[in-house]
Amino acid sequence: MHHKTLVAVAAGLGLVTLSACGSTDDKGSAADSKTVTLVSHDSWAVSKNVLSDFEKQSGYKVKVLKDGDAGQAVNKAILTKDNPQGDVFFGVDNTLLSRALDNGLFQSYEPKGSDQIVQKYRVDQDKHRVTPIDTGDICVNYDKAYFSKHKLTPPQTFADLVKPEYKNLLVTENAATSSPGLGFLLGSTAHFGDGWQDYWKKLEANGVKVVDGWEQAYDEEFSGSAGGKKAHGDRPLVVSYASSPPAEVIYADPKPTTAPTGVATGTCFRQVEYAGLLSNARNSEGGKALLDFLISMEFQEDMPLNMFVYPVRETAAVPTEFVKYGPQAKDPETLPADKIAANRDQWVKSWTSLVLK
Amino acid sequence: MLLSLEVATVRFGGRAVLDAVDLSVAEHEIVCVLGPSGSGKSTLLRAVAGLQPLSGGRILLSGRDQSGVPAHKRGVGLMFQDHQLFPQRDVGANVAFGLRMQEASKAEQATEVGELLEMVGLPGAARRAVAGLSGGEQQRVALARALAPRPRLLMLDEPLGQLDRSLRERLVVELRELFGRLGTTVLAVTHDQGEAFALADRVVVMRDGRIAQSGTPLEVWQRPADEFVARFLGFENVVPATVTDGAAVTPWGKLPVPETAPQGTRTLLVRPAGVRLVPAPEGLRCTVTARTFKGTHVAVHLRPEDGPRLEAACALREAPETGSEVGVEFDPTEIVVLG
Amino acid sequence: MAGPVAFFAVFFAYPVAAIVARGLKTDGTWQFGRIADVVARSDIRHVLWFTTWQALASTALTLLVALPAAYVFARLDFPGKQVLRAVVTVPFVLPTVVVGTAFLALVGRGGLLDAWWGVRLDTTVWAILLAHVFFNYAVVVRTVGGLWAQLDPRQEEAARMLGASPLGAWRKVTLPALAPALAAGALMVFLFTFTSFGVVQILGGPTFSTLEVEIYRQTSEIFDLSTAAVLTLVQFVAVGAILAVHAWTVRRRESVLRLVDASVTARRPRGTGQWAVLAGVLVTIAVLLLLPLAVLVGRSLDAPGFGYYRALTRDDGGTFLVAPLTAVTTSLEYAVAATAIAVLIGSLAAAALARRDAGRLARGFDALLMLPLGVSAVTVGFGFLIALDEPPLDLRQSWILVPLAQALVGAPFVVRTMLPVLRAVDGRLREAAAVLGASPWRVWWEVDLPMVRRALLVAAGFAFAVSLGEFGATVFIARPDNPTLPVAVARLLARPGDLNYGQAMALSTILMVVCAVALLVLERLRTDRTGEF
Repeated sequence: MHHKTLVAVAAGLGLVTLSACGSTDDKGSAADSKTVTLVSHDSWAVSKNVLSDFEKQSGYKVKVLKDGDAGQAVNKAILTKDNPQGDVFFGVDNTLLSRALDNGLFQSYEPKGSDQIVQKYRVDQDKHRVTPIDTGDICVNYDKAYFSKHKLTPPQTFADLVKPEYKNLLVTENAATSSPGLGFLLGSTAHFGDGWQDYWKKLEANGVKVVDGWEQAYDEEFSGSAGGKKAHGDRPLVVSYASSPPAEVIYADPKPTTAPTGVATGTCFRQVEYAGLLSNARNSEGGKALLDFLISMEFQEDMPLNMFVYPVRETAAVPTEFVKYGPQAKDPETLPADKIAANRDQWVKSWTSLVLK
Repeated sequence: MLLSLEVATVRFGGRAVLDAVDLSVAEHEIVCVLGPSGSGKSTLLRAVAGLQPLSGGRILLSGRDQSGVPAHKRGVGLMFQDHQLFPQRDVGANVAFGLRMQEASKAEQATEVGELLEMVGLPGAARRAVAGLSGGEQQRVALARALAPRPRLLMLDEPLGQLDRSLRERLVVELRELFGRLGTTVLAVTHDQGEAFALADRVVVMRDGRIAQSGTPLEVWQRPADEFVARFLGFENVVPATVTDGAAVTPWGKLPVPETAPQGTRTLLVRPAGVRLVPAPEGLRCTVTARTFKGTHVAVHLRPEDGPRLEAACALREAPETGSEVGVEFDPTEIVVLG
Repeated sequence: MAGPVAFFAVFFAYPVAAIVARGLKTDGTWQFGRIADVVARSDIRHVLWFTTWQALASTALTLLVALPAAYVFARLDFPGKQVLRAVVTVPFVLPTVVVGTAFLALVGRGGLLDAWWGVRLDTTVWAILLAHVFFNYAVVVRTVGGLWAQLDPRQEEAARMLGASPLGAWRKVTLPALAPALAAGALMVFLFTFTSFGVVQILGGPTFSTLEVEIYRQTSEIFDLSTAAVLTLVQFVAVGAILAVHAWTVRRRESVLRLVDASVTARRPRGTGQWAVLAGVLVTIAVLLLLPLAVLVGRSLDAPGFGYYRALTRDDGGTFLVAPLTAVTTSLEYAVAATAIAVLIGSLAAAALARRDAGRLARGFDALLMLPLGVSAVTVGFGFLIALDEPPLDLRQSWILVPLAQALVGAPFVVRTMLPVLRAVDGRLREAAAVLGASPWRVWWEVDLPMVRRALLVAAGFAFAVSLGEFGATVFIARPDNPTLPVAVARLLARPGDLNYGQAMALSTILMVVCAVALLVLERLRTDRTGEF
């Protein structure tokens, strides 16, 4: 009887060895000209039928590598730029753009349809190394139930957040480790200029709470989210995304008629995510076709509900859920990538000693 | 010769555990290696079995050099001191192990196992668990297991070492009968001279990795080669002596020796039976220090006024009291002048 | 021996060396001056100091809380003991992302402490320390309890007969005998807490940082590879020292003690003292270990009609490209592959180390095998990326990389489980088989394997559970296809919305159940000498 077990184990081991050998074939197929490889972060998502449309039309098979969170994915792409893992990289935002460009991550390519992209998102116009794909706003979200229960008007602007009626209500993320945390900090520097440190001192005095990541802030501390309700979250204000309220509706069963949370539209910082053709890409022709696809109307209109971002193509329709449950900020804060690159480390360092120490 | 060792040497960190040993075993011969622990006798077996590589010399089986032949291809059997039965297998599976390694069919195995168990006196024990066996039974199973693949040479390491005396005495007779019947060639090692003498056609006494003496049990018993062999065989009355013309000068005085004894400075052995007790004034004056009952006789321990202590063998009734004064006379037929 | 050495050289030493070299080399010259610069920085020194003291405090606290449990599991018999022993091990193999949330339900706002005494420990160092107890409870129960169960109770009784009080007899007789296991267990806990990552990140808030967290931040967020390289070296030295001490105590443990069958030493509790200890331990387990796990399960059931579980099987056509439940299959497949690799490498290594003629060098390798447990997953993950990028070893996009990384973590457990058993096999049994005509391979098959079969299964089960819950290495390796369970949980948690959160809880519960079942099967197979775990 035990002999059978052993034979099974031995067979299992043999199988592993065999498949380990077999796996080298994968690489061969990755390099062939019929497969195009997209390197992205964990949030990448696309509808199956949209992707297969592209595969059918272009004749390329798309392989997707999700390579950690946004920061990790960029860092890894830079580490492997001489021998890249794929052909196209999607998901470098304006806070990391300079790092990617300075390290020579991308080669020039201007995709078909670039002229359809909203003018203000276009960067690197002389070399066309990156193409904007989507935007998203990092904004303070509020718990509607809390404010109606306490008969308070929710805050709308940066300045509102330091008012005494909102004392001990806001939770944000560590700007050193969290993307929305950094976005909120950058928003404040864009809004207040040199006065951002004073603003944060006031926020600090008004009881802002800082946690390490978005998950802790949104799912644990925030009182308006599904997770936060279960965790008895007691902060009705959280730094999250403008698309979070629609997500609260879409990912609910049954779906409520109105979003349980709202967006303080005067606190937003706009992130733009870019894609580009990787230097030393093995299949640059396929890569170019894939970049064309990323700004095609079909992908641009499919993208919002998959990644909870806004399209960059001027005429692309925004899903009705977004319009209904998540108003997009009229005039979000922005910062040029080179200014972020020049000041980022110093701002984060000052912020850390101001807020965390 | 079935087995020949030619200047076989094994060194552990510079120390020779087996020191240029020459030894041969003929077909159907039963050879017993006798020696105290640490004399290298187990190493000898392990070297023959292929479990211990030689540092020098060579081992031949049926005339073929065995260097480079691994243990499992030598076709010799080894029965370990503490049996080393496989604990997860029952008696039958233990015995069948060697047959299985030889790819014998299931039917063959079953028949063989049945016969072997019968032969060692455990008929029908095949399904029994090893853990439930007594020491004697384990020993029999180990023997059956070692015999099963029909090794050309069977080696036994302290085969009866852990058993109690009566069982040992019975088994040693059984073993000798069995080996005689099967015509098995046997090389056994033991530290018990009784076992060796009862089992062996030929006895080899080892000391510090060398062979001290080799001969039939009778030869060795009657004429130990030297003081070491004599003392190892249990003789206490061993003294230096100067032998001249049928007499030896010893610490106990002048003793008669056979006329044929070699002359000069020698070592003298007086068997206990050759120490005869007489009334105190008539011989060497001694005090009785102790008596030990040996079943058929009494060993009387004596302290002479001068010279080393003596041991005498005495009939049960004639043994003197402890503390009493006696005289000692020596019987020349029980005195051996050692080489 | 050559196999395991090659495995560790190629899949551990080389990638780690490559990433460290990348950080410390500028234009081809080594920048060793960076080491002094980084170590001299006050914030780094602060991290070093915090890492060390929290590890010491966590270890002490874990011992304090878990020792009575070690006693209870070793010496007392009570219904449900086997199940409970499996359950207390579940946290050890659960990914921190999952448990972090649940643990907050104990020490955080509205948690049990808050409700009863109005005490909130989240974002205090106490949350970290308690979570470390939660995760490492089983390490102490298993290492210390395992040995304790095999100590002959009659020795203590003999001391009592000679006039020692119960406590005195324990202190004079049992404690010294337990010392090696205590030291080994304590060192394992110290190692795990010294390199703690998820717990510190999730529960510690932004103010607390261990070396491991700092390495992660420097590599992954700040992209300062040279600082990360120095920190990796610092951690290497520290972990190496811990392992050296550990190896030394393990050797003492193996050589000195004479043990009895564990099944005969446990009795039904007698007297108020023993009942009180049993009750205390059960309450501790209920509050500290079961409650957070129960919170997870509770939250996963929060939707009517198992809504979150049903949602797992739905294909939303986008988010994950596959239904999250597929992650269960993926995880199981990876875990099987990782287990096979870990068992193969681990048992080869254990077999080589168990040989009596294994020299000093081999003993050193013993400790070396444990190093992957003490090296940051992000270091290994990034190392893979730049080291294994050339044929024939361009494994960056191969599925085998994930099981390989997990096997690095699993193999040390296999070695630690099998080594004591293999060392206990009498070498002469192997010789007996050889003289009966068994070739060396056959000897291993006929003699060693039947003896270690159960230990092997135990080791395999542990490796399986560990790789099932492994999170670190997996998230740092790019996966073209499906995410594993812990990764799927993390991705679900990273999105807003009730269904996402609920599915994360449901998936976590499934992960927990799978782990618990694996461990329960282990319990059934526990041998007399199962080694350290």
